[in-house]
Amino acid sequence: MADLSHLDQLEAEAIYIIREVAAECERPVMLYSIGKDSSVMLHLAMKAFYPERPPFPFLHVNTTWKFREMIEFRDRTAQRLGIEMLEYINQEGVAQGINPFDHGAAYTDIMKTQALKQALDKYGFTAAFGGGRRDEEKSRAKERIFSFRSASHAWDPKNQRPEMWKLYNTRINKGESIRVFPISNWTEKDIWQYIAREKIDIVPLYFAAERPVVERDGNIIMVDDERFRLREGEVPQLRSVRFRTLGCYPLTGGVYSTASTLDEIIAETLSSVESERTSRVIDNEAAGSMERRKREGYF
Amino acid sequence: MKGLLKFMTCGSVDDGKSTLIGHILYDSKLLYTDQEQALRLDSKVGSRSGEIDYSLLLDGLMAEREQGITIDVAYRYFTTDKRSFIVADAPGHEEYTRNMAVGASFADLAVILVDASQGVLVQTRRHARICSLMGVRYFVFAVNKMDLVDFSQERFEEIGRQIEELTEELSLSNTTVIPLSATDGDNVTVLSERTPWYKGGTLLEYLEEVEISPENVGKGFYMPVQRVSRPDRTFRGSQGQIEAGSVSVGDEVRVLPSGETASVKTILAAGKETDTAFAGQPVTIVLDREVDVSRGCVIEKDSGLAPYRELSVSLLWMDDAPLSPGKEYLIKLGTKQIPGVLTKILYAVDINTGKHIPAESLSKNGIALCQIVLSEAVTADTFALHRTMGELILIDRVSHATSACGVVQALSGEAKTGNAASFVYGGVSARGDVFEEFFYDTETLSVFRYQPVTATYTVGDTIPVKGESYGYPDSFDVIVLRDRAAVLVRDRTVEAVIPLEEYQFTGLPLVNGRGFEILADTPESFRQFLTEYDDAGDRERPEFFRRWVRFDTYRKVVIR
Repeated sequence: MADLSHLDQLEAEAIYIIREVAAECERPVMLYSIGKDSSVMLHLAMKAFYPERPPFPFLHVNTTWKFREMIEFRDRTAQRLGIEMLEYINQEGVAQGINPFDHGAAYTDIMKTQALKQALDKYGFTAAFGGGRRDEEKSRAKERIFSFRSASHAWDPKNQRPEMWKLYNTRINKGESIRVFPISNWTEKDIWQYIAREKIDIVPLYFAAERPVVERDGNIIMVDDERFRLREGEVPQLRSVRFRTLGCYPLTGGVYSTASTLDEIIAETLSSVESERTSRVIDNEAAGSMERRKREGYF
Repeated sequence: MKGLLKFMTCGSVDDGKSTLIGHILYDSKLLYTDQEQALRLDSKVGSRSGEIDYSLLLDGLMAEREQGITIDVAYRYFTTDKRSFIVADAPGHEEYTRNMAVGASFADLAVILVDASQGVLVQTRRHARICSLMGVRYFVFAVNKMDLVDFSQERFEEIGRQIEELTEELSLSNTTVIPLSATDGDNVTVLSERTPWYKGGTLLEYLEEVEISPENVGKGFYMPVQRVSRPDRTFRGSQGQIEAGSVSVGDEVRVLPSGETASVKTILAAGKETDTAFAGQPVTIVLDREVDVSRGCVIEKDSGLAPYRELSVSLLWMDDAPLSPGKEYLIKLGTKQIPGVLTKILYAVDINTGKHIPAESLSKNGIALCQIVLSEAVTADTFALHRTMGELILIDRVSHATSACGVVQALSGEAKTGNAASFVYGGVSARGDVFEEFFYDTETLSVFRYQPVTATYTVGDTIPVKGESYGYPDSFDVIVLRDRAAVLVRDRTVEAVIPLEEYQFTGLPLVNGRGFEILADTPESFRQFLTEYDDAGDRERPEFFRRWVRFDTYRKVVIR
């Protein structure tokens, strides 16, 4: 009998979970954030159902502050694979001029958390796949693969449904929904190795290139468009940078790097002394901030 | 580099589970600097006044930090030079037993902590029992807080005896006992000078070196169907994960519960076409003809699996509302979900002593052997024989809570499938394919099997000894090896259905479960036949059958 490699086992587990949701849940959707984890998730969904296309749509919650290259990549990918890609923008937030410079935590809440809740409610999705991994953060490390949300999208970490073997109980009451994390057991290293093995297309921002950046509060921020508000004395410099995670460009810190191939990125990741979430500016708040946001309905 | 090790830590409250794992991560330099900084910062805020509190690495929920306890399982991922690990750190409080069981269902190995100053407690016994129930196969008893008993060898040996009693009672195999101090680090990753009398290695060394034997997933090939994919009229594939064995293009497979057979036309493994796929792989199987396949069916070959209606199940009750017999639940087993009634509690298990006690009801965190009657027959087997066909959960129909999890210990009420005419009497059942027809299909130029009879025969029933492609003597014995049962036919009538152990060689003609003559003509050669069957592995099976059975004594192939 052939022994499955570590990556094969992780792939098999994820495909099993994705198929269970497709088979049992009434109206599933796969959240698509355009990042590397989303690229892996999309790839897994394509493999799980081939030659059928994934029997659910993909949803991108757009804060309107994503890197331009991300949006181009999203549209190109959806067209190439022939999948249904929905986009949701919290128009109320746009009308109020909510932005990452003036509104801090409120920006994340309105343009991400509230927008996500609105989108799920609008389409009546009962199960949403997310690319969360347990190695990312301590409250995620505690979360089940099938994570239940009340009608108001709240997570109750003290009362999670037991999850035995791979017998997932997907039953919910009306109004409730499930967040499903098929790649819970993957580490950042697994993600990169899988991307290399499967030759998965990812946003070029992950590879080092000369980009206009400023250093601000210890973070390297890319000046991606004219909306970026430069502080006094800040002048964008062309530097060779890459990004370990992708989000809203004013809130995403890059790293100086010349790693322009997957092998170089993997080598850098393995020797890195900082976890990837340090590059997300919003996480550097008090311990437990992720859990608080999850309780409020964040993914 | 050794394969991935999935392990868990468990034991009673405050035995130091989270601290132990935190210490391994810290010592092994497996922390990123930002996590280490956060840890130092957190420790200063906490009660330990600046000393590093390793448990804060694991206890990631706000309520856990506030109360200083572990509520739910934390999963951590780390790699040393020798091995990759996933560790599930389980809570010790009795209240959160079900969360601990979640970790046990995931782990191959359990590190059970025992406080050296306290010894083996009820909760230690509960956790060991649940681990064993859920299929954990390797155990390390980490006798922690040795610093509190001055690293006394005598005390360690005393606890060792308590542990030995426990492992004997639960028949645990592969057990190891290590004295350590999770806070100070003795024997965690570095051998301690304070336990010169201890001759074994450190905990981390043990975890890095331990060989985990492949799980016994059961014989034959089987795949529970997750969904049927039909993107258009030309394609119809059954999707699922292979649980045991392998399947190749051209194989004849059987779909349960209908019993219909078909050949495998195409296999897609994780999206790619392949000739053969193996256990663990996610596949899409296309069959050569339309058969009745839907979610919850099982596609199998030579597994001996069959559908059953009655299951005896060891349950761990997890619901706040107590179990009361007579209630209907949804049962999820494999990929099948159907209603079933928990008809009775055969006995409850005393967590502390292991004694079987009569019970009318079962409250949260209790363990009991229960009888479940399903609304229809479902492909199932015992946990020991086909692991994933013996795991189940009970779902409350109103609250949707997962009320219990359990493993199948015994089966009864085998259902009829298309080609498994069986013999049943007094709790003994024997699958027999002795009435199936063999025919040569002139269109496909292949030999097919066809089972026209779907009856179940019991003692006193007359059986059709002559068919289109078979003819048995009026009196003969059927030896069904896979069910370890024998059927005695006298004058075309079933005289007895008995366990194989009770069968005495009679000298009458002998056939196996497929109706092939067994070439044993003396009690000695019959015994030899049984011994060789037991000794033959899957590879030796063809050779065994070539030696011991003959197809054409009572059977022939007819042309259709």
